Amino acid sequence: MDLAEKTRRRQRRDAIITHLCLILGVLIFAFPIYLTVIGSTHDVNTIGRGDVPLLPGGEAVANYAQAWEAGGGRYMGTPAGRMLANSLVMALLIAFGKIAISLTSAYAVVFFRFPGRMVCFWLIFITLMLPVEVRIIPTFQVMVDLQLINTMTGLVVPLIASATATLLFRQFFLTIPDEYVEAAKIDGAGPLRFFKDVVLPLSVTNIAALFVILFIYGWNQYLWPLLIVNDRSLETIVVGLTKMIGGGDSQNEWNVIMATAVYALLPPVAVVLLMQRWFVKGLTETEK
Amino acid sequence: MATLHLQDIRKSFGPTQVLHGVTLDVADGEMIVIVGASGCGKSTLLRIVAGLETQTSGQVVIGGQDVSGLEPADRDVAMVFQNYALYPHMSVFGNMAYGLKIRGVPKAEIERRVKEAAELLGIGALLERRPRQLSGGQRQRVAMGRAIVREPKLFLFDEPLSNLDAKLRVQMRAEIRRLQRRLGVTSLFVTHDQVEAMTLGDRLVVMHGGHAAQIATPMEIWARPADTYVAGFIGSPAMNFLPATLSHGGAVATLAGGLAVPLPGRAGADGAGVLIGIRPEHLRPGAGGLSPTIELVEPLGSESVLHGRLPDGSPLTARLPGAVHAEGALALTLPPESLHVFDAGSGKRIEAGA
Repeated sequence: MDLAEKTRRRQRRDAIITHLCLILGVLIFAFPIYLTVIGSTHDVNTIGRGDVPLLPGGEAVANYAQAWEAGGGRYMGTPAGRMLANSLVMALLIAFGKIAISLTSAYAVVFFRFPGRMVCFWLIFITLMLPVEVRIIPTFQVMVDLQLINTMTGLVVPLIASATATLLFRQFFLTIPDEYVEAAKIDGAGPLRFFKDVVLPLSVTNIAALFVILFIYGWNQYLWPLLIVNDRSLETIVVGLTKMIGGGDSQNEWNVIMATAVYALLPPVAVVLLMQRWFVKGLTETEK
Repeated sequence: MATLHLQDIRKSFGPTQVLHGVTLDVADGEMIVIVGASGCGKSTLLRIVAGLETQTSGQVVIGGQDVSGLEPADRDVAMVFQNYALYPHMSVFGNMAYGLKIRGVPKAEIERRVKEAAELLGIGALLERRPRQLSGGQRQRVAMGRAIVREPKLFLFDEPLSNLDAKLRVQMRAEIRRLQRRLGVTSLFVTHDQVEAMTLGDRLVVMHGGHAAQIATPMEIWARPADTYVAGFIGSPAMNFLPATLSHGGAVATLAGGLAVPLPGRAGADGAGVLIGIRPEHLRPGAGGLSPTIELVEPLGSESVLHGRLPDGSPLTARLPGAVHAEGALALTLPPESLHVFDAGSGKRIEAGA
């Protein structure tokens, strides 16, 4: 009885401590976002005065409408709707492109025996160690030579090759038992058939998990879009957002900037929420 | 339905030769069991027949057609794998139908064949399930079904029962045998389990070190093993081997312990070394033979397995009826008709009258 009481108390204390930690963590992560959302509901002068309001103001509709249609910033105003569309197209193309390329290259490396197979694999693997920033100048030169500056193609193609995804698929393919390959051979399935009928369906959860990661990777691209695009109609939202913030010689329209930031947040959040179930499944469970 | 002919199949993996020339003829509808310890090349042989491995030299002829250079799909064989290799994302129906679908068999025909095979195997109610929702025995049946619907010339079984528990294994063993007889499809069955081999095969191929040590019916192999390896491998507990020396023109063998064993009707050079083999179940209690000291008694109910040592220290196993046996001294006789004689050097069997 006494012991039971003690246990109950201890469990309650543990629960309280756990929750305090969690709430603290949530506050640290959520507070800046909260400020952004609140900021996007005030008029330009409130934030301009240096106040940081903690309660919503009444200008939400006006701010979001302005951001969507006209854009903010004194000098360049690409509407947020336009930039969102650009970002969305870019992120989707990058995600699908990366998945397509890495699926096929991993398939080749794992399931085929050809001369130079391991060389190919290591070449792919080595590029893992070279981030975009390192090869950005030569890549830029190549894009200039191909006259792909200021095109969606130029924006997307250099970002599509993906060693990480190839490696991930390779590791997954290695866990596919040889017997499936052999059973398929005896069933008469050729390599493409096997890819379509067995490998792809087995990889679905991995593809979904990777899609989430790659979509966000594509969405958050900053340096490359900044370099390759100076046509405003191709501006992506992450780049556009920073361009809205002036150099200090004039007042920033923080309310519109924050509204745009909220817009920029939404698609990745939507993708994560929609794909969450698949995402977790893909990272934790392998169907065998 | 077809015959199978293997002509001098050899296989090397790099410098390691795993098959040293296996020649085998399988009649139409026959069930051949390839048995041997792990690493003897039995699975490699099966995979060569399937076309999953390419032989270094030799010919595979199925139904009179040389298929040596053909892809597995073009050989018209079906294989049941040890872990079944059912596609996890397809239903049972999908798994069974896949090979037919690829071959472009009309939908109605696929449906009919799958249903038929499913009924035959008692999995008609499971067609919509996924492999992971099935028990081991059911998966085994689906794997069989996938082979059956193809109506191939040849069934290949690669240790299909080794993932099942003991009881199910016995049941599936009988089922496979019945099914194979009923369908009359020529089959190769690879196993390391000698009981499986003895009960399933019309004939056995006992593989040892990349050679076919003996190819014969189960009873022939049990009664007249071709060499000491086969003799020791088939039969449980394993056969006892006693070194001996021939005398009297081969008519008498003298064991290491001094016991003279008559070998009527045999010939051999005096002083030649032989191995006398006797199965544990053929030893009989009685004076005038061996006198081992029993160290361990394993009562099995209707009979007991006795492990002992001869005075010179060599081990001896006996299987005697009844459960009343004690450790200690025991006298056993060697019935002459149950003795096997092997050449001490080559391990080959020496026949009576040879």
